Amino acid sequence: MMNCLTHPTPFLFFTGKGGVGKTSSACATALQLARDGKRVLIVSTDPASNLDTVLGTDLLGTPTAIAGAPNLFGLNIDPEEAAQAYRERVIGPYRGVLPDSSIASIEEQLSGACTVEVAAFDEFTGLMSDPATVAGFDHIIFDTAPTGHTLRLLQLPAAWTSFIETNERGASCLGPLSGLKNQQERYAEALAALSDAERTTLVLVSRPERSALNEAERTRVELEKQGVTNQFLLVNGVFRATDRDDALAVHLEEGGQAALAAMPPGLRALRSFEVPLKPFNLVGLDALASFFSPVAKDFAASTAGHRGPIADFPSLSTLADEVAEVGHGLVMFMGKGGVGKTTMAAAFAVELASRGLPVHLTTTDPAAHLEGTLAREVDNLRVSRIDPAAETESYQQKIIERSRDELDADAMALLEEDLRSPCTEEVAVFHAFSRIVFSAKREIVVMDTAPTGHTLLLLDTAGSYHREMTRQAGSGGVKVGTPLMRLRDPEHTRVVVVTLAETTPVEEAAHLQQDLRRAEIEPYAWVINRSLAATEVTDPLLRARAEEEKAQIATVSSKHAHRVYLVPWAAEEPTGEEELRRLARGADDTETAALGEAS
Amino acid sequence: MTTNNLTIYDPAMCCSTGVCGPDVDSKLVRFSSDLDWIAKQGVDVRRFNLAQEPGAFAEDVSVKAVLESQGDAGLPLIKLGDAVVSIGTYPSRDDLARWVGLAAKPEPAATSSGCCGPAKSQAGKDDSSCC
Repeated sequence: MMNCLTHPTPFLFFTGKGGVGKTSSACATALQLARDGKRVLIVSTDPASNLDTVLGTDLLGTPTAIAGAPNLFGLNIDPEEAAQAYRERVIGPYRGVLPDSSIASIEEQLSGACTVEVAAFDEFTGLMSDPATVAGFDHIIFDTAPTGHTLRLLQLPAAWTSFIETNERGASCLGPLSGLKNQQERYAEALAALSDAERTTLVLVSRPERSALNEAERTRVELEKQGVTNQFLLVNGVFRATDRDDALAVHLEEGGQAALAAMPPGLRALRSFEVPLKPFNLVGLDALASFFSPVAKDFAASTAGHRGPIADFPSLSTLADEVAEVGHGLVMFMGKGGVGKTTMAAAFAVELASRGLPVHLTTTDPAAHLEGTLAREVDNLRVSRIDPAAETESYQQKIIERSRDELDADAMALLEEDLRSPCTEEVAVFHAFSRIVFSAKREIVVMDTAPTGHTLLLLDTAGSYHREMTRQAGSGGVKVGTPLMRLRDPEHTRVVVVTLAETTPVEEAAHLQQDLRRAEIEPYAWVINRSLAATEVTDPLLRARAEEEKAQIATVSSKHAHRVYLVPWAAEEPTGEEELRRLARGADDTETAALGEAS
Repeated sequence: MTTNNLTIYDPAMCCSTGVCGPDVDSKLVRFSSDLDWIAKQGVDVRRFNLAQEPGAFAEDVSVKAVLESQGDAGLPLIKLGDAVVSIGTYPSRDDLARWVGLAAKPEPAATSSGCCGPAKSQAGKDDSSCC
């Protein structure tokens, strides 16, 4: 029935825009193969993995048997833990041998972003090239991180292999994990496996939505360029309205069909498979086992207690009131990929700009298309983007220009070589990010952040920078303000956590909040986006989902958030000034509410 | 007389040119380049980064003693053979050359008529016979 299951390769990678159901698809595929008698290992490389919840078993860094599913094993590659393990391997033997101050400075050096990235990469290639692991399983399925991160992870073997090959001086800058240069064979093996159609299948997971399909197309092209040619498209959450009087349901169905009809040709040429939208969350083995099956018709009973839309929560325009009063500051929309950060940030910025306040809207998300979301220029709104490739190039140029007068040709050659290191991008992006953080002292800056994992790496870089600057200031007596200090200052920064009213996104947002709190950043509010419970839906499947949402909304407001803003589901992806403002004003604004019209 | 054995004990850092850190320090890049030149003159140069090879620091009695008395302020530490010749600072190319008994490395401007000019872009191959 399902093409990627009929001739499954040893390695299967699931990728796609956040929120499209990568984890569900990967777990359902793994479960299906295991039930067919294959030995299967499912691996998450996502720093905010929720594989544990979906499979109902606590996972470790080594293959763990999944309770209730013979032949199925799971494994989490946590980049933070991988980096921690690496640090301990380096430092452990010298505790008590070298003075504490030396141990502390080693730890600090090994806590930067590139240690984390590279340690995760090392684990990843280790699995793909380890004969024991490969021989122990018929299939290894990777539930990869959101696309931007996935691309970097998958491109890393190429980047590192060519970096090692072209570095004539013997790789003077391989970052903190210089020991890795002895592992070239491993990288070559991982790279070969990725580009071998007999060994690797890339499953592009999408929703029947334009942005998700466009993202899948970008990934298809990028990875094809990297030699990953055996690709498959899985369209998850295809919806058919049963209540034709429910305008929102009909819109949803038509929108989905229109998006599928407008699919880029390259994507259409792939082998593909559609999975219907389910009335329930895909958590637990029973739910997963029904993933590839048609929707059962007996879910209507669960909607018996339906009491209409939730109206107890304010809209985003209330948050705009508060920020407008201060007149400057940074508002960061954070959350897992696919929860609608770009749309929320744009809607919020448009709402503020419409009050006559100058607003700077900016993004660090490499996959974001703010321009597409805004459609055209908006008065009082300035839009910018942190593009990692462009930032890296301009950073390299700046360093080279600045050093030209001080260094001779030999030293310049050495510098240029080291600037080709994979660490440079992280540093360059961090510099761009810091500039914007500081600029919010004078104006209102709305930031649409990168997917969570990447954002945390950025913040971690800010942390190392903070410690470094504080130490230098300590010896020189110079007062400095660091980006992290600004992010922690509630007068300067408001962090808004964006989520959906579904089990997994709420859990992921709670993880994000914990991570932020560890960095001593207290989120100001949560936004629950795309809520069916905030609408008047009558279609039985959508009503079942709306009812399921209510428990999640209650959890968010009672357990997690200081303030909750609720944004109703819009039938189509909102674009342009009018639609965005309508979204920000939500149910408050009965005159313009899309759903008022719809019902 | 030429002493053929120079060892550098760097503080904990991301890499020997510092490009991975919060900012690039051109002093570090120049020092790395000077060491390259010294090595090409036939001097045995070894370099240890505290963050990458702490073992080298723990095993050397004199280095460990400096760390214990001065902490990280004692780094970078430079040894010529068994003797500590510099503590807590990156020396100039003249100092490096003097310690190992070589004439100072010519300034780039002074070599424009020589064979080194155009060859610089291929630095790192085997142009040691050049200057």
